[in-house]
Amino acid sequence: MKKELINLIDISKSFDGELVLDELDLNVHENEFLTLLGPSGCGKTTTLRILGGFVSPDKGRVVFDGKDITSLPPNKRQLNTVFQKYALFTHMDIAENIAFGLKIKNKPKSYIDDKIKYALKLVNLEGYEKRMPNSLSGGQQQRIAIARAIVNEPKVLLLDEPLGALDLKLRQDMQYELIRLKNELGITFIYVTHDQEEALTMSDTIVVMNQGYIQQIGSPETIYNEPENAFVADFIGDSNIIDSIMLEDKLVSILGARFACVDTGFGTNKPVDVVIRPEDVELVKPEEGVIQGTVTHLIFKGVHYEMEVMANGFEWLVHSTQLFPVGTQVGIRVNPFNIQIMNKPESEDEEAAQLEA
Amino acid sequence: MKLNTVKHNKPAGRLLSAPFLLWETLFIIVPLAMVFYYGLTDRSGAFTLENVAAILGAEHAKALWLSVCLSFVSTLICFLLAYPLAMILANMNVNQHSFIVLIFILPMWMNFLLRTLAWQTLLEKNGVINNILEFLHIPPLNIINTPAAIILGMVYNFLPFMVLPIYNSLVKVDPNVINAARDLGANELQTFFKITFPLTIPGVISGVTMVFVPALTTFVISKLLGGSKILLIGNVIEEEFTQAGNWHLGSGLSIVLMIFIIFNMVISAVFDKNGEGNML
Repeated sequence: MKKELINLIDISKSFDGELVLDELDLNVHENEFLTLLGPSGCGKTTTLRILGGFVSPDKGRVVFDGKDITSLPPNKRQLNTVFQKYALFTHMDIAENIAFGLKIKNKPKSYIDDKIKYALKLVNLEGYEKRMPNSLSGGQQQRIAIARAIVNEPKVLLLDEPLGALDLKLRQDMQYELIRLKNELGITFIYVTHDQEEALTMSDTIVVMNQGYIQQIGSPETIYNEPENAFVADFIGDSNIIDSIMLEDKLVSILGARFACVDTGFGTNKPVDVVIRPEDVELVKPEEGVIQGTVTHLIFKGVHYEMEVMANGFEWLVHSTQLFPVGTQVGIRVNPFNIQIMNKPESEDEEAAQLEA
Repeated sequence: MKLNTVKHNKPAGRLLSAPFLLWETLFIIVPLAMVFYYGLTDRSGAFTLENVAAILGAEHAKALWLSVCLSFVSTLICFLLAYPLAMILANMNVNQHSFIVLIFILPMWMNFLLRTLAWQTLLEKNGVINNILEFLHIPPLNIINTPAAIILGMVYNFLPFMVLPIYNSLVKVDPNVINAARDLGANELQTFFKITFPLTIPGVISGVTMVFVPALTTFVISKLLGGSKILLIGNVIEEEFTQAGNWHLGSGLSIVLMIFIIFNMVISAVFDKNGEGNML
């Protein structure tokens, strides 16, 4: 495992009496692309602002490279931020914008000029030195904002939903660009977004947050394939979340039918949540399925068909390249590896958080 | 990038503007034309530049120079008072701030003449302030009928016109732009001088215009607080119309003053592209 660069220890913060972060602990490693993912109001932006020094926590400590920086003002921190709406200095041209941080640090002019050239090349905007920020498109402005941050050679780049204001195509291009930048620069990215697809595409580590709590930390694959609770399963991608009973190890009763699975250690006859991704639901002839149902909806989605199947009182969401017209009787089968078993939330707090979401 | 503005050239739209156009013609264009007619003719009606050139006469030049000086000082004082005040207002939360704005705007609802007369009463040799000072055994304040009293009157009356445009431009500055400057290593002072202040220059220019122009042309403040000894260019023009009955000379001097003001407006229009000054 790489060296830990940032430790957030026991951080709490409330605004106007409302608790936004509750005793949050988080470690960020060197050269990691870490994404804070969650719905609006989950505390992800507050976490980022505490890191940047724009918000001070009510409780807890921020440790950067072994040093406590909790009370350090933003200008004394070795991290730079890329803001949601670019926040470029509209009264300065692009070169002056990029040079801002370097001029403050009194770097020699030739060094600054080289850095401007280098940064503009890095973000594919060579020759834009004399343009004004307002004459650039949203995507270009965002790239300038990134250039302005990285010329200062921060150890960590904080990005606050930087692609939120861009259109879909541009967003996808910028995602690749950010991955490339991260690899070229070899610095840590901490990225805030509510877009699960963005998080899955770019991150090394995803931190799923809700209601001021961390719900799960893991790689994109882990988060997607093995969500720890119903909130994570529901928030990341489409899923069928079904109340079930774990009969014994490797056997679960879903809607009254017995399904083989691979999970063990839940005990016997224990209520659990089961997550099955829509692409993992196999539709077969009625007699071949574990349970039987009727197709109720059908939508063509491009890559696949999206169908809803009513079976044993539950509307199953199914993604399949095979077409089953509305009204067809089908059987449902699931590969044991694709059944993800999750404990029901234990504390009332956790449950409330999940219900509200 | 500017958005294309929608042009209202439908007949119905034009019809609706008729009352305003009539008003504008009767009370702005016609009087202006008269000022130019009188200003560029002599009593026999022949064309002359004499009335305009009269500004170069010692008396008139002195009055104009004094007007410019007092207006400049007043504008400067207004700016120094208004900028910190506008910053305090801009940093307040909504509840506090509407209260403070109310306190601030309240005097503006009272008549300008009344307010100036009130200052006259306050500042007089045996006025309220000197009575209080005498009671406290402090030497009296003798500023009535001095340029200082005129500046006080100008600052008092025109300060809101400086505060509001600066306030408007301050609240428009994106807090994240300030955060970005701090993030890039600037301390609070550097952030103010390199980011906040440059971004509010349009508001400052509007404020300067809106204080300097009325201060330059006032004759009420100088008459009430300056006595009859201190003549500003506004007083000179007023006297030509009301006492000397020389409309030609009064108009000629007015034209000079107008050129001054138009010059000022052009400068402000160049800087104030965002229209902060139009928010009043």
